[in-house]
Amino acid sequence: MPQAVTPREIRRRIRSIKNTAQITRAMEMVAASRMRRAQQAVLAARPYADRIRALLGDLAAMTSPQEEVRAFPLLQRRPIKRVQVILVTADRGLAGPLNANVIRRAVDFISHERSEPIENIDIVAVGRKGRDFLVRHGWPMVAEFTRISDRPSLEAIRPIAELATQDFINGRIDAVFVIYTHFINTLRQEPRVLQLLPIEPPEGTGAISDYIFEPDPVTVLEALLPRFIEMQLYRVMLEAAASEHSARMVAMRNATQNALDLVAELTLTYNKARQAQITREVSEIAAGANALGALQ
Amino acid sequence: MAGKLHVEVVTAERLVYSVDDADMVIAPGAEGTLGILPRHAPLISLLGMGEMRVKRGREEDVLTIFGGFLEVANNVVRVLADASERAEEIELARAEEARQRALARLRERRADIDRQRAEMALRRSTIRIAVARKRRARPGAGGPPLPEAEG
Repeated sequence: MPQAVTPREIRRRIRSIKNTAQITRAMEMVAASRMRRAQQAVLAARPYADRIRALLGDLAAMTSPQEEVRAFPLLQRRPIKRVQVILVTADRGLAGPLNANVIRRAVDFISHERSEPIENIDIVAVGRKGRDFLVRHGWPMVAEFTRISDRPSLEAIRPIAELATQDFINGRIDAVFVIYTHFINTLRQEPRVLQLLPIEPPEGTGAISDYIFEPDPVTVLEALLPRFIEMQLYRVMLEAAASEHSARMVAMRNATQNALDLVAELTLTYNKARQAQITREVSEIAAGANALGALQ
Repeated sequence: MAGKLHVEVVTAERLVYSVDDADMVIAPGAEGTLGILPRHAPLISLLGMGEMRVKRGREEDVLTIFGGFLEVANNVVRVLADASERAEEIELARAEEARQRALARLRERRADIDRQRAEMALRRSTIRIAVARKRRARPGAGGPPLPEAEG
């Protein structure tokens, strides 16, 4: 810090940084409470998700693979010419590297891991940060959904599922991938790629082979598939929300800490400057008094 | 506890309902009403829209069910619903409002999609209202009479 700074200026800076710290602390607290809620939502979604997944595996194992495939377009694997990529980001920033990481993952995935040319990739942006990125870089975007990432509901994700499903069934696209931030714990989140379509059923256990089916296994499986997609997307959004709030909480906690460190440092500088000023004033007075004494 | 049913209703968003002392479950199967008693054979059924009733001794709980699946095995009845709520959770006034809105929309002549949507809204709100009314009516006699349980 240059010597020329006056104590008053330092005091002003301290005050301004303290204000910033107050704001970041408030944001940290808000993010913490939203994170708790998001984590609870992840837990609350688990019983349904687990059961749907298990049923899907068992039912798919029961229906003979070859002949039934035509009855289940959502399971159909075909040569991939065109893919849809759903990029899930937050609507807002100030969440550390969260958005940048997931966007980088998407860029990697699209330009390196997929062999399709960019014209054959439909990108769907969920969340404003991803949307802004795509617009800024002139990437093809077929749809955008915002204002749901913060606090996802089943209702809000249904249109996204519908878009993917319809495009897949009518043959416009041959696969759908979701790129989102997976929640590991409060300190760790990582971007992941999930294949949404075609559906890859998990292994069956044979647990339901002696069940009665109303009306029959094929119809039940047919009804299950779209719900499986909705459930997957909903889960992805919950994970992303939990990640967003965790990342923001940590980022804001660091910001608060940095601000307080800076305040401590500046306070020291301020005291030194103040002391220097007093010393200088005293010595000036003393010099003045001496000069007067010398005159008399 | 032999002879009782464990009943659980979950949606993708939450656990809606859970008891483990039910005597009978009546649910809106896709192809007609399902009645489930203890020791029922393992079953998986599609569900339609309607009310689900759970008898527990002299009590009866009523829920709305809007599509999904019902699974029975080992005296456990698990409903995976697209949407569901307990009677106590329903705001009757809001359901009435939704019903009036749907009716008004059906009176206008509009495109098919709007019409379909309004019809769905009408069905949903009608079910909600019926279920919500059951809760209001209950603190009188010992509950409504049993419907055709064998289905």
